[in-house]
Amino acid sequence: MLENIEKIRSDFPILGRQIYGKKLVYFDNAATSQKPKAVIEAIADYYRTSNANVHRGVHKLSEEATEGYEAARKRVANFVNAGDARQIIFTRNATEAINLVAYAWGRKNIKKGEEILLTEMEHHSNLVPWQILAAEVGAKLKFIPIDENGELSWRKSLHKLVTNKTKLAALTHVSNVLGTINPVKEIIEDIRNLKSDVRILIDGAQAVPHLPVSIQTLGCDFYVFTGHKMLGPTGIGVLWARKDLLEEMPPFLGGGDMILEVGFEKSTYNYIPWKFEAGTPHIAGAIGLAAACDYLAKVGMKKVREHEQELTAYAQKALSEIKNLVIYGPKKLEKRAGVISFNIVDKKGKVAIHPHDLASILDGEGIALRSGHHCAQPLMKVLGINAAARASFALYNTKEEIDRLRPAIEKAKEIMRA
Amino acid sequence: MPENSLYREVLLERLANPVNQGSIKDPDIEARLVNPLCGDEVLLQIKVKDGQIEQAKYSGNGCALSQVSASFLTEEIIGKTIGEVKKINEDDILKMLGANLGPSRLKCALLSLQVLKKALND
Repeated sequence: MLENIEKIRSDFPILGRQIYGKKLVYFDNAATSQKPKAVIEAIADYYRTSNANVHRGVHKLSEEATEGYEAARKRVANFVNAGDARQIIFTRNATEAINLVAYAWGRKNIKKGEEILLTEMEHHSNLVPWQILAAEVGAKLKFIPIDENGELSWRKSLHKLVTNKTKLAALTHVSNVLGTINPVKEIIEDIRNLKSDVRILIDGAQAVPHLPVSIQTLGCDFYVFTGHKMLGPTGIGVLWARKDLLEEMPPFLGGGDMILEVGFEKSTYNYIPWKFEAGTPHIAGAIGLAAACDYLAKVGMKKVREHEQELTAYAQKALSEIKNLVIYGPKKLEKRAGVISFNIVDKKGKVAIHPHDLASILDGEGIALRSGHHCAQPLMKVLGINAAARASFALYNTKEEIDRLRPAIEKAKEIMRA
Repeated sequence: MPENSLYREVLLERLANPVNQGSIKDPDIEARLVNPLCGDEVLLQIKVKDGQIEQAKYSGNGCALSQVSASFLTEEIIGKTIGEVKKINEDDILKMLGANLGPSRLKCALLSLQVLKKALND
């Protein structure tokens, strides 16, 4: 456990909240994390002292805003070992980052009959943009299956799935449902061994907040993540891409800030990263995200991972002591991030308490967790269920909080007669 | 929403002993809807005779609220005319459930009513 956990908890004002007279237990971190004072203050300070538009004015405030925004880009780049900060494009979220790639790179490079390789465990955000693109250009989607442990069955399937038509592989770093940590570096190597020019996109939305991530060492072409799951504000996300790809990609959105010169008929586009940041960006969001990166870096991502791994082991044990509770995903701790999806089933293995009902009853106990299909309906189908309950942890969670889970679930079983 | 006001005896009793759950072989009217937020699903099938609803059945899967409200709703509409059934509104459903719901669970409870509206407009 993190040594200074009490200090960390005191950094997050919302953790002091009472829900129906009970102390809040926040286990919905895979949906969005809570924000430390350092992030809230960084955003407020920007608006209080330096607010102006960026890259435009010559006045002092505009200079400060531009400096703050561009320094944020560098701080974020350092946090994920992105190399050149110009490879960090600020977007609204991970979803928009994937859409940017699908529209700007995909439309130009993926042709009729060519193939996009995905996995069975993708979030809708890394599935639907490719479905739209495939329908538009006549490309085909293929899927790396998952095995009975909720791990990607890539060693057995890649040689069949990667063909001379494969143009792009897009896969998640960590599953938002199963918690599976995919060995993306090895998978990328294997894909490249089969076909060297496949472009590879990694969805790091659930990885960057919980694991040490060094983008440059992964060997991917695109990497996306979002601010709000990693202690940062909503409305700010990141696309990282190889520089040569960004240079040759056409813009995604047109407008101000992304141009060098505009005529009535034609314009020339700005240099990267600004070519992909049309309009006034989320300046405060970028500054808030940089503050979140600084906060996580100060705690240390290795320590964050260790803390969450310990919580996951503790929760797995606590939940497995509950009769008729099934946990989905990898059993081996080193293969799992702090995400535990589960259901209460009957003797035949059929879901006995719908996760919504379970989550409602747990809410009454002050425990916030997610229920539903977790924006991964195809994966739910593979698992043979419609929905699951999900507890997901962050660096500020504790074993004492997990201790409250079991009696609350037992209470739900009693109420629902399961 | 604290659980004590939500999962009342009347609701749990109905969940354990569902009324009108199942299917009709040759329905005159049917409709199905899925709540995109959570995947809850309700299929409603109706048999009409002389302008009156003679039989109504529901099937699907989802939380207690979505399924129990479908059960109450089918019970409510049997014997009524189409015109009468069209007048059933959200408040009526909430009265049937006797629950005070927050916005997220309201969607679960009202799914069957949406299915009914869809069925009658087709």
